Formats: sequence, structure tokens, C-alpha cells
Amino acid sequence: MDYAVIESYLPLYKDALALTLKIGWQGIALSLLVGLAGAAILHFKIRILKTITGIYIELFRNTPLLVQLFFLYFALPKIGIKITAQTCGVLGLGLLGGAYMIESFRSGLESIAVIQTESALSLGMTKEQTFIYVILPQAVSISVPGLLANVIFLLKETSVFSTISLMDLMFTAKDLIGMYAKTIECLFLLVVFYLIMLLPVSILGSILERRLRYAGFGD
Amino acid sequence: MQDLGIDVLFKGTNFLRLLQGLWVSVEISLISVVISILLGLLVGILMTFKNPVLRAVLKVYLEIVRIMPQMVLLFIVYFGTTRVFGWDLSAETSAIFVFCFWGTAEMGDLVRGSIKSISKIQFESSFALGMNKIQTYRYVILPQTIRRLIPLSINLITRMIKTTSLVMMIGIVEVLKVAQQIIEANRKASPNAAFGVFAVVFLLYFLVCWPISRLSVYLEKRWAL
Repeated sequence: MDYAVIESYLPLYKDALALTLKIGWQGIALSLLVGLAGAAILHFKIRILKTITGIYIELFRNTPLLVQLFFLYFALPKIGIKITAQTCGVLGLGLLGGAYMIESFRSGLESIAVIQTESALSLGMTKEQTFIYVILPQAVSISVPGLLANVIFLLKETSVFSTISLMDLMFTAKDLIGMYAKTIECLFLLVVFYLIMLLPVSILGSILERRLRYAGFGD
Repeated sequence: MQDLGIDVLFKGTNFLRLLQGLWVSVEISLISVVISILLGLLVGILMTFKNPVLRAVLKVYLEIVRIMPQMVLLFIVYFGTTRVFGWDLSAETSAIFVFCFWGTAEMGDLVRGSIKSISKIQFESSFALGMNKIQTYRYVILPQTIRRLIPLSINLITRMIKTTSLVMMIGIVEVLKVAQQIIEANRKASPNAAFGVFAVVFLLYFLVCWPISRLSVYLEKRWAL
């Protein structure tokens, strides 16, 4: 292994990490929003939206992100919808993640005992107040381990972005291998940077899981 | 709006080629799933052992699989190991190797979870009824574990199929690659082919994975204890 080579590649990888993280967090934020909205729709059983959400979940959970991205990036411009590669990445990640986040939120919501809703309603709270102040906080704390697993999954999936020519970690590694054929150094850096990105999230996940196990009430 | 380029698929053998491409992904994932389930059963049982060295090794293995994107693993095996060790791996072999490495960890974790989820009462009750250890496992624990495991392993198949779309990146000609080739070849005649062809690929993946994941949900509900 040639350390001079590694040193000269470092700045490129740092830029790539910054871009990966930027798209990753935007996509994850979007997926959380989608997930929360979708879970609320399913929870309140809003008529037509419920069906649409169901179709959306099935469609996006049963197709690979790579295919979704190709569709967003190469196919949509043909019917006049043009989006940049970055938007496409955020959107793709958000939509894929949303389908998984809905499930995590929903399993959290379902695990809240009916007595909680009944008690809140009998205290004179409205349906919305009950949801926001009583059900949601408990449901979220229960869903956190699942949500964090999804976050790791989504950050890993960002490696697919290289196919729509976003300069993420994977793209940089592939590009450098193609140009200078320093395969081992490039792959080594790639692994190190993915570790830097994902190990903290993974550790945070296991800590939070241990903590939040005691946050449940009423059972 | 112009035509959406779906007609391209009906020219020559294009659609058949697309299906053959899909079969390549499905084939790789089926081979990997079978191997992963078998190895995963073993790894999962090993994970329930209390040996500290074994536990540490398996924990590191699980963490590697959890953190490294499958595409990175594919690159390491296909470009990295071939360079370091100088052996000659075909893209298919590397793909199957990587997906087994990944699938075994996933399956192992599922097996461990299922075994752990059987409550202690089940063991104690069967001992109290005079069953010995082998009988307990054979008639009480394993049937319950397997019932919990089957829906989860079916789910693993769909995840495997979805992940195999990545093998395009190491040069295997699967459904997405074929789609790209068809689009490129018809660039002049049908400039909008990208829409139709990618929409069909999207749908094909859905049609393969959806029934499998429904089956998994159905079995999970039906066999819920």
C-alpha cells in the first residue's frame, strides 16, 4: 500500500463524504416526513389517501433503489420532468426511505395500548391533541430502533448514487480506480470512509435501543 | 406528448432479452439465498452460544455486513481480492460470494432472534412433562422457531432479488444493463425509449418481488402465535 497515494486522494474522498452526507441527510429528513405523514394517514384511516399510501408502500418496497433512481433520472425527463442529479438522489432516497419509515412508525403506533387513547379522550382532549401529545411521543420512542436501522440502511443505499453520476464515495473510488489503477488504496479509503460515516450511527443505535427500552409507559 | 417508447420492447427479441436479464438476477439471488439460509441456520445457532471468542468474532462479522454497502463488498471482492491474491474470479462468482456473505449474516441474525423469542416457559414445561433435551427441541422448540423463521426468510429472498440489481456495476448483464442496451440501440428511432423501458423494468421487479413479499406477510399473519 502506497501512503503517498492515499494522502493525495484524501481531499477527494472528503469532498465525496460531504456530498454523500448532504444528500443522505436531506433524503433521510424527507423520508422521515413521508413516513410520519403516511403513518398518520394509515392511523386515521383517511379514505382515499389510505389506498394511495398502501400502493406507494408496496411499489417502493418491492423495487430496488437503483431501478427507482434510473426511472427518476433517465425516464422522467422524457415526459418533460427534468430534475438535477442531486434532487433526484434526495427524492429517490426520500421516497424509498419513506416506504420503510411508514412501517416503522406504524408498528410504533400500533403498539400503543388502546387505553391510552381512551384515557386521553375521556380527559377531554380532542382526537388531534390525543395523537400529538399522547400517542405520537410514545410511538416515536418505541420506533426509534427501527428508524435508526432504516437510517443506516439508507446511508448505505447512497452508494447507488454513483450510477446517476453523483460524485459520492463510490463514484470517487470507481473513478480513481479507472484513472490510476491504484485499486487497493482506493478500496481501502472507501472502506475507511464508510466506517467513519456509519460506525457512529450504528453505535448510537445500540445505545439508544438500550435507553429507550425503559421509555414505554402503561404496560 | 410524443410516444413513450414502449413499442421498442416489441421490436425483435427485446422483451425476451429483458426477461432473460431478469432471470440472471433472479438466478444469482436464488443460488445465494439457498446457500445463505443453510449457512445462516448454522451461524444463527452459533450466535446463541455463550463462548466469548465466538461471540466477538460473530459480532464483528455482523457489524461489517451491517455497515458496508453491498456495492463496496462487490468491489472489494471483484476488483480488490483479484488484485491482491491474483486469482481469477468471474463477476458471477464474486456476486454470489458477496451475497452469501451478506445473506448468511442477515439469516443468522433472524435465526438467533427466532430462537431467543421462544420463551423459557416452553423449555421448562416440556422438561416438566418428562421430555428430554432432544425431544424438547424436536417437538417443541424447532417447530415454533421454523414457523417464525419461514416468513422472515421469504422476505430475505425479495431483499436479495432487489440487491442483485447492483451486479450491473461489476459488469454482469442483467435486466437493467439489457434495458440500457436496448435504449442505446434505439436512440435514433425512438428517443423516448428510456421512459417506456425503465417503466417496464420497474414493473418487472415489482411483479417478481410483490407476490413473494405478500406470501411472507400472509404466512406471518397466519402462523402468528
